Amino acid sequence: MTEPLLSIRDLTKTFGGVHAVDGVSLDVRPRETVALIGPNGAGKTTFYNMISGRMTPTSGSIHYDGEEITGLPPHRISRLGISRSFQITNIFQELTVRQNVEVALTAFHGKALAMLRLASRDREIIDEAYALLERLGLEALADQRAGVLSYGDKRLLEIAIVLATRPRLVLLDEPTAGMTPEETRHVTQLIRRLADSGDYTFLVTEHDMSVVFGIADRILVMHRGQRLAEGTPEEIRNDPEVKRAYLGEEEEEAAS
Amino acid sequence: MTTRLLIAGLLALVLAALFLLPYGVSYFYIFVATEILIMGLFAASFNLVFGYTGMLSFGHAAFFGMGSYTTAMLLLHLQVPLVWTLLAAMLTSMLLAAVIGFFCVRLNEVYFAMLTLAFGMMVFSVAHQWRSVTNGSDGITGFPLTEFGLGLDLQLANPLVYYYVVLVVVVLAAALLYLVTRSPFGLILKAISENPERVAFCGLNERRFRLIAFIVAGLFAGLAGGLFAPFNRVASPDMIHWSHSAEAVLMTILGGSAYFLGPFFGAMVFVLLETWITSYTDHWMLVLGIILALMVMFFRRGILGTVLDRVLRR
Amino acid sequence: MQSFIAALLNSLDIALLLFVIAVGLNIIFGVLNVINFAHGALYMLGAYFAYTAMGLLGLSFWLALVVAPLLVAVVAVAIERLMLRTVYDRHITDSLLLTFALLLIIDESVRMIWGPSIQVVNPPALLAGTVSVFGVNYPLYGLFVIAVGLAMMLGLWLLFTRTRLGRIVRAAALDREMAQTLGINVPLVITGVFAFGAWIAAVGGVVAAPMRAIGPAMGEKIIIESFIVVVIGGLGSFPGTLLGALVLGGIHGFGGRFLPEINLVLPYIGMALVLLLKPQGLMGKGASA
Repeated sequence: MTEPLLSIRDLTKTFGGVHAVDGVSLDVRPRETVALIGPNGAGKTTFYNMISGRMTPTSGSIHYDGEEITGLPPHRISRLGISRSFQITNIFQELTVRQNVEVALTAFHGKALAMLRLASRDREIIDEAYALLERLGLEALADQRAGVLSYGDKRLLEIAIVLATRPRLVLLDEPTAGMTPEETRHVTQLIRRLADSGDYTFLVTEHDMSVVFGIADRILVMHRGQRLAEGTPEEIRNDPEVKRAYLGEEEEEAAS
Repeated sequence: MTTRLLIAGLLALVLAALFLLPYGVSYFYIFVATEILIMGLFAASFNLVFGYTGMLSFGHAAFFGMGSYTTAMLLLHLQVPLVWTLLAAMLTSMLLAAVIGFFCVRLNEVYFAMLTLAFGMMVFSVAHQWRSVTNGSDGITGFPLTEFGLGLDLQLANPLVYYYVVLVVVVLAAALLYLVTRSPFGLILKAISENPERVAFCGLNERRFRLIAFIVAGLFAGLAGGLFAPFNRVASPDMIHWSHSAEAVLMTILGGSAYFLGPFFGAMVFVLLETWITSYTDHWMLVLGIILALMVMFFRRGILGTVLDRVLRR
Repeated sequence: MQSFIAALLNSLDIALLLFVIAVGLNIIFGVLNVINFAHGALYMLGAYFAYTAMGLLGLSFWLALVVAPLLVAVVAVAIERLMLRTVYDRHITDSLLLTFALLLIIDESVRMIWGPSIQVVNPPALLAGTVSVFGVNYPLYGLFVIAVGLAMMLGLWLLFTRTRLGRIVRAAALDREMAQTLGINVPLVITGVFAFGAWIAAVGGVVAAPMRAIGPAMGEKIIIESFIVVVIGGLGSFPGTLLGALVLGGIHGFGGRFLPEINLVLPYIGMALVLLLKPQGLMGKGASA
C-alpha cells in the first residue's frame, strides 16, 4: 500500500459550539479520485476550507505528502501543490480569460515580482496559458473578458486556473453545480480524462450522483459534520445507513 | 490595432507639444506646465496603489513630502547636485513607505484608508513640530540651486531649464511606472484589486504584494516631491497635509483611475482649474471637495477615462 | 501623587470625549459599513453652531447644547439622502471617497464662514471655576465632560440592549436583507443611524467647545484620534472603543506630563504596537485582508 498523499486525522471545526465538521479522518492516496458527498450542511465546504487554509481547524491534523499543513495560510498550501476551486465561481471577472490563467502561471513560475518587463512578451507564460485553455476547450475565448463568459465556461475557466499551478492534489467543490446536462457531461469527462492522465489526485464534492459514480474511486459520505460511511462506489450504493440519510433528507425536503 | 496606432500617435503629439511648449506660451504657463508634470507623476504614483491595486490611500502626500524635505535639506546643508538629491528622495520616501505600509496593509481596505490618513498626519505633525530639524511650519527655504550633476551644465534657477529637467525626468519616470503596470507584477496587482482571495489560492501572499506596490508608489511620489521642492523653493508641512493627499485623489478621479494617463490628464485639469479659481476665491478646497463628490457620484470613470472607454469600446 | 491624580483626571476627560466621537463612528460603520471620514468635521460643525448660537443669537450654553446637535443631525440627513445613498450599491471605496470629499467641503466651509482664527466659548456659569478632587484643583467643567461621557455610554448601552429601537438597528447592522424581510424600513434606519451618529459627534463638539479652543483644525485632529481609538480597540466593538479611548486618553494625559518630547508620536506607537501584536484590535472581531 502506498503512503497517502493527504492524511487527515480527527478534523474538527466548531462555530460557537456547533460542530460543522466533527472528528473526520480521511486518507487520500496518490492518483486516486475521492468523492465527498453528503446532504447540504453536511460540512463538506468547511472540510475543504480547512484543507486549503481558508479556515483554521479547531482540532485535528492535516498532513500532505508527509508534511503537516494544519493551519497554514492559503498561499503556502497552494505552493505545496494543493489547488482548489470554489462552489461559487471564483475567477477574475475583469481580466481576460487568458490573463486569468496567466495570473496563476505567473505565480507558479515565480515571476510575480518581475516589474521591469512586459507581461505580454513572456512567451513561456503565453504559450502555456494557451495550451491550458486549449486543453479545456476555451482557446477561442482567450481574449474575452472573463465576466462575459457563460456560466459553464466560467466554471471551466476556474478549473484552468486551478490546474495552472500544476497541483498534485486538486480539490473541486461541486464542479458541475448549476450546469446544463450537456456541460455536466463535458466536465465529468474532463475530470475523468485528467484523473486517467495520472498527474493528479482529486478530491471532489458533488451533488449529482451520476457524476460521483462516474469518476470516484472511493467515496466519503458526510452527514451533520461526521463521517457516515466510506468505501467504493459499489459499497456506498448498497450502504443502508447512507440510504437512510439521503432518504431522510428527501423526506424532509418533501415535507417542507 | 488602429486604435493603438491612434493612441501612440496622440501620445507622440502630446510629447512633441510638451517639448515645444516654451516656444509658444508665456513664462507663467511654463510654471503651470511644470507643476502639472510634477503633480501628474504624484497622482500616477497614487494610482498604482488606488487604480491598479485597489487600495484607497489618504496619506500619499507623506511620501511626496518626504521627497521634498530630502531634496531641500540636502541642497541646503550639503549642496549636492540635484540628480543625487532626487535619488536620495526616492530612497527616503521608499523607506518611509516600507515602514508605514507594513502596518497599513495588515488589514482590509477600510482600515487601510484610516491608517494611511493617520500615519500620513503623523508625518505631518513631526514635520510641523520638530522645529530644530524641519524648521516647523515655515519649512525649509533658502536652499541654493547649484548644479544638476552628471556633468551637465544646466542653469536650474532658470524656470525654462527647470521645465525641461522636469519634463525629461517625469517622462522617464512615467515610462518606468507604465512598464510596472504592464509587467507580470502589474498583472498580479490588478488580480489582487479584483479578487485577493483567488490570488492567495494561486500561491501568492497578497499582503506582500500590496506592500511592494505601496513602496513602489512611495518611491515615485518621493521623486515627484523631490522635483517639487526646487520648483517651489520651499519644502513645507503643507505638502504632507491630508489635503495634499486629497489632491492626488481628485486628480486621479478627475482623469480616471482605469487608465495609466488618467492621473496626468486629471493633474492638467486640476492645476488649470486651481489657477483659474484661486484668482476668484481663496476657498479652492471647497471647490475641490464639491468636484470630488460630484465626480464620484456621477462621473466615476473620469474625463479621460470616459473618452477612452468610448474610443476603445469597453 | 497630586500630579498623578491630575493626569488621571485629564486622561479621563480626553478618553470620554474620544469615546463619544469614536462610538458614533463605530455605530455608523456597523450599519452603513462606511467609515465616515467627515465625522470629525461634523463634531467641529457642532462646536461652531453652538458658538454662533451663543454669540450671535445669545442662547445659553444649555440651549445651544440642544439646538446645535439637532442642526448637525439635519445636515447629516441631507448628506445621507443626497450623497451617500447614491453609492451604497457600489464598491465600498466610493463611499469612503464621498465622505472624504465631505471632509474637504465642511472643513473649508467652516474656514469660509467663521474664518481661520481660534474662537473661545466660555463654560456656563454653573460649571465655571475649579473644585478640589483628592487635593487636586480641577476645573469643574472637566468633571462635567466626564459625566457627559459616562451618561452617553450608559444611554447607548440601554438603547442598544434594552429597547426595541436598539434591536431594530442591530438587526439592520447584522443583515440588511433579513431585516427588510422582517418588515424593517431599512433605508429609514440607515438615515436615522447616520443622523444619530452625527448628533453624537455634534454633542461631543458642543461639550468640547468650552474646554478646548474652537478652530478649523479641530475636526481633523479628533478624526485621526478616533481612528487610533478604533484601531486600538477594534472596529465594531463597543467595549473595544471604550478601551481604545481609555488607552489613548491615558497616553495623552500621562504622556503629556511625563514624556513631553515624544508625546506627539506616542499614540501612533501605541497603534503600531496593537497592529503588530493584535491586528484586529484589542477587542476586535475580524477584518483581515
